Amino acid sequence: MSTAITLQASADVQYVLRLADTALILAQRLSEWCGHAPVLEEDIALTNMSLDLVGQSRALLTHAGQLHAKGGGKAYDEDQLAFLREERDFLNPTLCELPNTADEAAHRRSRPGDFAFTVLRNLMVATWLKQAWTELASSRDGELAAIAAKAVKEARYHQQHNGDWVVRLGDGTDDSHARAQRALERLWPFVPELFEDDHVDEAAAQSGLGPRASDLRGAWEAEIGAVLEQATLQQPKPSTFRSMGRRGVHSEHMGYLLAEMQSLQRAHPGAVW
Amino acid sequence: MRELPAAPVIPLHLGGAAYAVQSLHTEGLPGADEPEARAWAVLQQVLDPEVPALSVCDLGIVRQVHFDAEDGGSRHAAVKAQDQVRLAIAGQLTVWLTPTYSGCPATEAIEAAVCQALQAAGFTKVRTELRRAPAWTTDWITAEGRAKLKAYGIAPPGHLQQAPDGAVPIRIVRRETIACPRCDSGDTERLSAFGSTACKALYRCRSCREPFEHFKPI
Repeated sequence: MSTAITLQASADVQYVLRLADTALILAQRLSEWCGHAPVLEEDIALTNMSLDLVGQSRALLTHAGQLHAKGGGKAYDEDQLAFLREERDFLNPTLCELPNTADEAAHRRSRPGDFAFTVLRNLMVATWLKQAWTELASSRDGELAAIAAKAVKEARYHQQHNGDWVVRLGDGTDDSHARAQRALERLWPFVPELFEDDHVDEAAAQSGLGPRASDLRGAWEAEIGAVLEQATLQQPKPSTFRSMGRRGVHSEHMGYLLAEMQSLQRAHPGAVW
Repeated sequence: MRELPAAPVIPLHLGGAAYAVQSLHTEGLPGADEPEARAWAVLQQVLDPEVPALSVCDLGIVRQVHFDAEDGGSRHAAVKAQDQVRLAIAGQLTVWLTPTYSGCPATEAIEAAVCQALQAAGFTKVRTELRRAPAWTTDWITAEGRAKLKAYGIAPPGHLQQAPDGAVPIRIVRRETIACPRCDSGDTERLSAFGSTACKALYRCRSCREPFEHFKPI
């Protein structure tokens, strides 16, 4: 599309975009629950968590745009980066973009989907982000450190809330247990990507920008393992499948998500409220 | 019955800021020769649009106020506008604010309200800047702010419960007791982890049966 923007993203810009897109794309998925959650309290919870994530991504996208300009590229603002980038330039892990369900055929029939799948994915991402923000609070990049120090408080609350639900569903009725287990099996193959390093991680670790993906693994596995055990859920066997969203290679679901998220700005470039 | 402050009406075309000007009292404030003290006194009257019991100062989100006089000296004037004599304080006033939550939708309305109130109090050039570090914490809500929250019916935040190394357990099974802001009973239960805004949770008192909001400690 003619309004699309292209990036010449350095490793630093890619590193910040990976964080920004993790928050943004999960926020977009959570927003699908608005008005549809099983109970009012969780409707409010899911949209509030979505709002926190949007806030985090706004700050990160603004910062990524500034870093892009500093590196000699064009200066883009948060809206341009969210609404005018092409799919290949989004760098969230694939886990975030999956539809809110373990059963994709059912998802097409009835959105927004499966609550067990949603809280389990939220727990996985919040635990990952909490570790990342904790490390990033001492980044050499002052702005990134400030964003992280704020966001870690939010991630902590998201992790607790979703952890409570995973235990409640997993250690609940036969039906809720079976559905939580099915959600876990659907999500598990997308976990290894969260901890796979490449040159972007290496550059960030070398320069003191932030941790490698693999640095977050130990704490993540320990905390998730403790919740799954309490929830009486069985950890699936490791998968040989590798998703590659953090490198811009997405699942078939990403195009639909972006089409919905970007449609207004694509149809009316520059529109404001 | 207790009288509660009325929630501000925030017309959208005014950026949600008109309330800050309508309720502004300028009599008895420090004058143009003490611009920063005057600015602080004005800011103490600018209410949070979502928790209108608290001013932005009570909430602890105003981090710094700085005034730069023009041309090395201030030349203030009194101008007549709408049959009222108003101050016109020459010079640049900068206010540093910190956001409460990353996604707080009130942040922009607060910035607009701060600018409008200060302009109404005579400052000709006002700008706000966001300061993210150090991150805002509910520990910055003043003692007066906590008392106002309680009087408004919102249980104020306790202090952050953390292990000595700063770690917070992933699942808090035993939550701290939140006292009912109306009857002070500790026999309360949480209804919802999230409330009407990101910063609050919903509780119910089992003694007086009233639901109430709790300002979450972060």
